[in-house]
Amino acid sequence: MGMTMTQKILAAHAGLDSVVAGQLIEAKLDVVMANDITGPMALPIFREMADKVYDKDKVVLVPDHFTPNKDIKSAENSKSIREFSKEQGLKWYFEQGKSGVEHAILPEAGVVVAGECIIGADSHTCTYGALGAFSTGVGTTDIATGMATGELWFKVPSAMKFVLTGKPGAFVSGKDIIIHIIGKIGVDGALYKSMEFTGDGLKELSMDDRFTMANMAIEAGAKNGIFPVDEKAEDYMKEHSVKEYKIYEADEDAEYDEVIEINLSEVRPTVAFPHLPGNAKTIDEIEAMEPIRIDQVVIGSCTNGRMEDMRKAAAILKDRQVHPDVRVMVIPATQKIYKQCMAEGLADIFVDAGCAVNTPSCGPCMGGHMGVMAAGEKCVSTTNRNFVGRMGHVDSLIYLASPEVAAASAIAGYIANPEKVGDR
Amino acid sequence: MKALGHVFKYGDNVDTDVIIPARYLNSFDAQELASHAMADIDPEFVNKVKPGDLIVANKNFGCGSSREHAPLCLKTAGVSCVIAETFARIFYRNAINIGLPIIECPEAAKGIEAGDEVEVDFDSGKIYNRTKGTEFQGQPFPEFMQKLIAAGGLVNYTNSKKGEGGCW
Repeated sequence: MGMTMTQKILAAHAGLDSVVAGQLIEAKLDVVMANDITGPMALPIFREMADKVYDKDKVVLVPDHFTPNKDIKSAENSKSIREFSKEQGLKWYFEQGKSGVEHAILPEAGVVVAGECIIGADSHTCTYGALGAFSTGVGTTDIATGMATGELWFKVPSAMKFVLTGKPGAFVSGKDIIIHIIGKIGVDGALYKSMEFTGDGLKELSMDDRFTMANMAIEAGAKNGIFPVDEKAEDYMKEHSVKEYKIYEADEDAEYDEVIEINLSEVRPTVAFPHLPGNAKTIDEIEAMEPIRIDQVVIGSCTNGRMEDMRKAAAILKDRQVHPDVRVMVIPATQKIYKQCMAEGLADIFVDAGCAVNTPSCGPCMGGHMGVMAAGEKCVSTTNRNFVGRMGHVDSLIYLASPEVAAASAIAGYIANPEKVGDR
Repeated sequence: MKALGHVFKYGDNVDTDVIIPARYLNSFDAQELASHAMADIDPEFVNKVKPGDLIVANKNFGCGSSREHAPLCLKTAGVSCVIAETFARIFYRNAINIGLPIIECPEAAKGIEAGDEVEVDFDSGKIYNRTKGTEFQGQPFPEFMQKLIAAGGLVNYTNSKKGEGGCW
């Protein structure tokens, strides 16, 4: 019986010729990553198992959630992983000022490439599936074990295949497509499974689109999201990494639990309403409602803080003003993206429009700092979760959207259609 | 091993942000985390929960972030077992790794109400609702996971393997 792309990568890392869905395996790890929330907690657990990490070039630490440190406790936590990185001589420790949000910086710095088996103590580790890697989020004990041994147990997932066809419209990007998909299958629609994206429509998707889509696979409950490695992916890896990559392809006769066709030309700008990422509404449905007035807009995060996202938001904000009742934060996801925003004049566009441009951080996405909301406030955010209390008070509301919908809403003061910004 | 206690009942998609909000994640002290358990879904939980009590929920319990702080805060608050129709996969792994017993059982999730007194036998996977006099059979763990649980979690399992001259 044939294997899916994910199953092939897992089989290779378990030293097996083949694996089947449901099989429990122990696989070798190419990258083991943790951040300033999960890393500090992993250290004492790691010490119970080992003195030295299994490979100092493969254990990666990224302080990004509460950095620049928001309080004394978070500063102590960051300090612990900083000192650990020095003690262990880690190759990849991303310090503030040379860093970014973990899932943006790892591909950008060339730490992760196709064919690898990657774990991260952060649920959005599934992002690297965009490069054709098997990549999944785990908890602290798992990551500590990975750091110590370079291996971890996995249940081989079955898969759902998403066949993408057609070409997305001008204001439709990876975010709209993935919210559309989660809306279709539900927030547990891919529970324990792989989401494999295939089809002719892939060629219409940029790498940034794919990172956004793979990033949110977890919001459908998936173990991982994964894209085939095409020319675009190879070009990206050649540009960013010196690591050798390996291309795996799903077998022709691979078995899928379900095959779902998505015609990209039919996907509309789509917003996930509170309090689930699967609570999808198209911009047309939203326009038929009473306007939803907003207080805050966040453009950034591991989901949508990349260069293309910045360019799309800036194209809409250029020569326009943020609505007087709205606070806008733009958070380029890495220092490189931040600098590119300056070089291309996007930083000026954002500041001139009345946006705060923040240093790379997860910041408000999980209600950490830099944009926490009060009771009753509403936010349009390019982040990935709109759970109760995610960005602050339990009575605040988050609407997940693309950078273009977010920028259009920032100007309008309510959730707005980016296609019509020129009309106002 | 058995669990016995009263039930706190929740619905679908109880996410890790409501189990332990990120504003408390600047600490990983188990007692401190436990003092905020379920803060954003049930602020009274920490005042009411007694050692041995159980959580019963519907689909996709523990969805969202990878924070192991979530099962840890529940275990430390005294929760003896979480029964759900299904669990989100990272929560499932984390719970096993830190030794918080969890059982998938859609029938029990439907047939147990808030406040019911429930007994769970982890060896047989039997769930007995003492209040209603009904019994349910939970999904047994696969053999490999039983080995992990028997070893006392992933750390002990890993160390025992090292002792056997394993591959690392």
